[in-house]
Amino acid sequence: MSDTQTQLEIDREKGNFRYDVDYEFDAGTGLTEKTIDYICDVKGEPDWIREFRKDALRKFHEKPMPTHWASKDLENIVFDNIRYYLSQGQKPKRSWDEVPEDVKRTFERLGIPEQERKFLAGVEAQFDSEAAYSNIKEAVGKQGVIFVGSTEGLKEHPEIFRKWFGKVIPTGDNKFSALNSAAFSGGSFIYVPPGVKVSHPLQAYFRINAENFGQFERTLIIADEGAEVTYMEGCTAPKFDTATLHSAVVELVALKGAKIQYITVQNWSNNVFNLVTKRGLAMEDAEVKWIDCNIGSRLTMKYPGVVMKGRRARGEVISIALAGDGQHQDTGAKMIHAADDTTSNIVSKSISVGTGRATYRGMVNVPRHLKGCKNNTECDALLINTNSRTDTYPAITVRGTGNACQHEASVSQVSEEQIFYMQQRGLTEGQAMSLSVNGFINDLVREFPMEYSVELKRLIDLEMEGSVG
Amino acid sequence: MNMATAPVSGVPLIEGALVEGHWPEWFVASRQRGWEDFQKLPAPAAKDEKWRFSNVRALSLDAFRYPGAVADAAALTARSTGLGESAARFVFGNNRLLSATAPAADLVAAGLVIMTLEEAATKHADLVQKHFMAQEAKLGSAKYAALHRSGPINGVFIRVPKNLEVAQPIEIFHWVEGESSAVFPHTLVVCERHSKATVVDCFRSADGAPAFACGVNDLVVEEGAKLNYVAVQQWSPSSVAFHLNSTIVGRDASCLGMQVNLGGKFVRNENYSRMVSEGARSDMLSVNIASDEQMIDQRTFQDHAKPNATSDLLYQNALTGKGRTVFSGVIRVEPGAHKTDAYQKVRNIVLSDDAEANSMPGLEIEADDVRCTHGATTAQIDDRELFYLEARGIRPDAARQLLVMGFFNTVLDRLPDARLRGHIEGLVEARLTSALRS
Repeated sequence: MSDTQTQLEIDREKGNFRYDVDYEFDAGTGLTEKTIDYICDVKGEPDWIREFRKDALRKFHEKPMPTHWASKDLENIVFDNIRYYLSQGQKPKRSWDEVPEDVKRTFERLGIPEQERKFLAGVEAQFDSEAAYSNIKEAVGKQGVIFVGSTEGLKEHPEIFRKWFGKVIPTGDNKFSALNSAAFSGGSFIYVPPGVKVSHPLQAYFRINAENFGQFERTLIIADEGAEVTYMEGCTAPKFDTATLHSAVVELVALKGAKIQYITVQNWSNNVFNLVTKRGLAMEDAEVKWIDCNIGSRLTMKYPGVVMKGRRARGEVISIALAGDGQHQDTGAKMIHAADDTTSNIVSKSISVGTGRATYRGMVNVPRHLKGCKNNTECDALLINTNSRTDTYPAITVRGTGNACQHEASVSQVSEEQIFYMQQRGLTEGQAMSLSVNGFINDLVREFPMEYSVELKRLIDLEMEGSVG
Repeated sequence: MNMATAPVSGVPLIEGALVEGHWPEWFVASRQRGWEDFQKLPAPAAKDEKWRFSNVRALSLDAFRYPGAVADAAALTARSTGLGESAARFVFGNNRLLSATAPAADLVAAGLVIMTLEEAATKHADLVQKHFMAQEAKLGSAKYAALHRSGPINGVFIRVPKNLEVAQPIEIFHWVEGESSAVFPHTLVVCERHSKATVVDCFRSADGAPAFACGVNDLVVEEGAKLNYVAVQQWSPSSVAFHLNSTIVGRDASCLGMQVNLGGKFVRNENYSRMVSEGARSDMLSVNIASDEQMIDQRTFQDHAKPNATSDLLYQNALTGKGRTVFSGVIRVEPGAHKTDAYQKVRNIVLSDDAEANSMPGLEIEADDVRCTHGATTAQIDDRELFYLEARGIRPDAARQLLVMGFFNTVLDRLPDARLRGHIEGLVEARLTSALRS
């Protein structure tokens, strides 16, 4: 397609609107100990959190930017210009009727209340720093499932929260996990009691509304022995001329025999730096599965990981990335095998359009004296235009015998023969291209729940204005 | 620093080289620049991405010295046996020429030039100056490339003239002898249009003493030419070695380069292949055995500057004892290099519980009409295959050896010359036998 002026138009406009909101609480720009005190005071947090945050701030300052391997674009983040806390109040509403009108209309326009009625077991809707709405279906609540915001979680369920908070991803894991630990607000805390299988997904929706804002949600999900839960998150923001920062930390704990599925459809506007640390801990016979789709943002750096700590634990990452003009999707996966007979699977597909750049970065580690560990990694990249770019940087370490790792990656373009074939049968070049791209990711899209895969198909419903040059 | 003729024995490496012989002015200036760069450039740090998984602590050069002449040149020449018949054979020991068998008169008459780099630096100054370390060392070892440039380099310059096919391989031996000796082998090959040649570099230790080798080879393959280059590294098991390669492949030309690492304690290979014109082809191959506490650290770069070129990389490692390997490779397709066909594969077979294989195959693609694929696998000997052989009366150790040799054959089979293949296979097999026993 080198000489084809084909353009892919992706529906990134859905979230590009903004209503004015009066913020009651505003920590101003920049992050200092004073900002942290302000956040702690308005949220009424215990002292150990205040200390935790301040310690994290020190680590954030100590840690260098990872630009020796990552994109230099990171240097364009001006931390002092960012607003670290903005909210209308700290207590999420249990009913949409109570949510302030100016916030509610945003979520209505995004279709959240409607989806909740249709197929979700619970919803949390975060607007800038705090959740505006959080509720679960009564039947699910009766099973003992806890689904609240992180602030509520740490205050009302300290015995479970404190045990795992910051244990899967230590504060100093990287510069941005330290930043999140210093400034975190919002995100979900979920606890599923032993044996409870939550039949419908729980959903969180993250919305950035303010300019120059930094959203630092913190999610902790614990599935107790034999429990099962699916969590979905969606993200949008209006498009501003200035950079917005989203830096989340997500920790998952799957105890013996538990299963957690975490689904993300990231559709930030392309002024957002999306720098996210996500990791799951899988105990004996447990399974953690990340299903990750990145369509939006200016620069995304996200490598969901699974630490397989118990025997026969299983980790999986399914990743779709779509990099359009000016975007860099730097995504991947980390699989740490820490027990015998653990297995992991990574399947990543990326599409680069225009000047978009998609990068796969992976890490698979099988340490000494383990037996029966298996990893499979597949990365496929599709390049649409002549100036598109893709990179693949896996790192695989295997020690000892008795383990098997395989990695394979390929780069290709949409086959001209395929396009020709479809055009022969009356499709326009645009339709043919769209069909071909959808075919490329189809097997992964099917991994998403029905409702999301429809949404995804629509998002990547490619509108082609192709003309052969 | 005195650059004039002087005895060089015993001077510590870190104090700068004193160099024997007669070198032209441009070369002396290049050497001076190398020394300045070496001092200026920072030592690799563990956090450096180009040294990820490596062992930068192994790189202390304090103990190494510029060695004096070898004790018995004739004995080392006699030990320089390899292929038996060759087009020419050059033997070096401790950076000095020990013996040279010149090519046959008809080849010389046809224009074939094989001489020491020292001689060529004056006699073929233009060619040597044009190609000598013309490519910057980009894969992490710029400091050691500078050290090489500053050192008492010795080695061979080969110019294969237009249309000449040299049927027999050209053999070069580099010996190192004595405690803490440092050697600086260099091979510079220019294959002119439509010529054909095979060059074999053999790096050997005269004794079991720890040594330091800092070698570079520059391979230039012009339009339609074919070059096979094999480097067999057999330094003593306590040695530290750098071997940096740069290959430039022209229009419709092809180069097959193979690195065979059988020795050394810490070995760093950097292999850079650049396809500078359409129809170029580079085959990058490697066979490595890491046993005991050996570390074999390899970085490769397949640089596609122009469309319609091919590169095919296959590196295979067998690891035993506490052996460690690092493979880090990049296929880079520059904007506009359409119809690139690039392949990269690393395969590890781990034979012990303490061995560690690190694989980092990489792609950087900036053109859309390409076929680029890479793969990395790590596994061990299949129990069923072992059982199959044992069921047929083959002892377990022999069966293991057979299976690992079968694994290596995939690479060795790519060598076009049966005699060369047989020779290399013999060396690999002997090394494997001792590695499996240890």
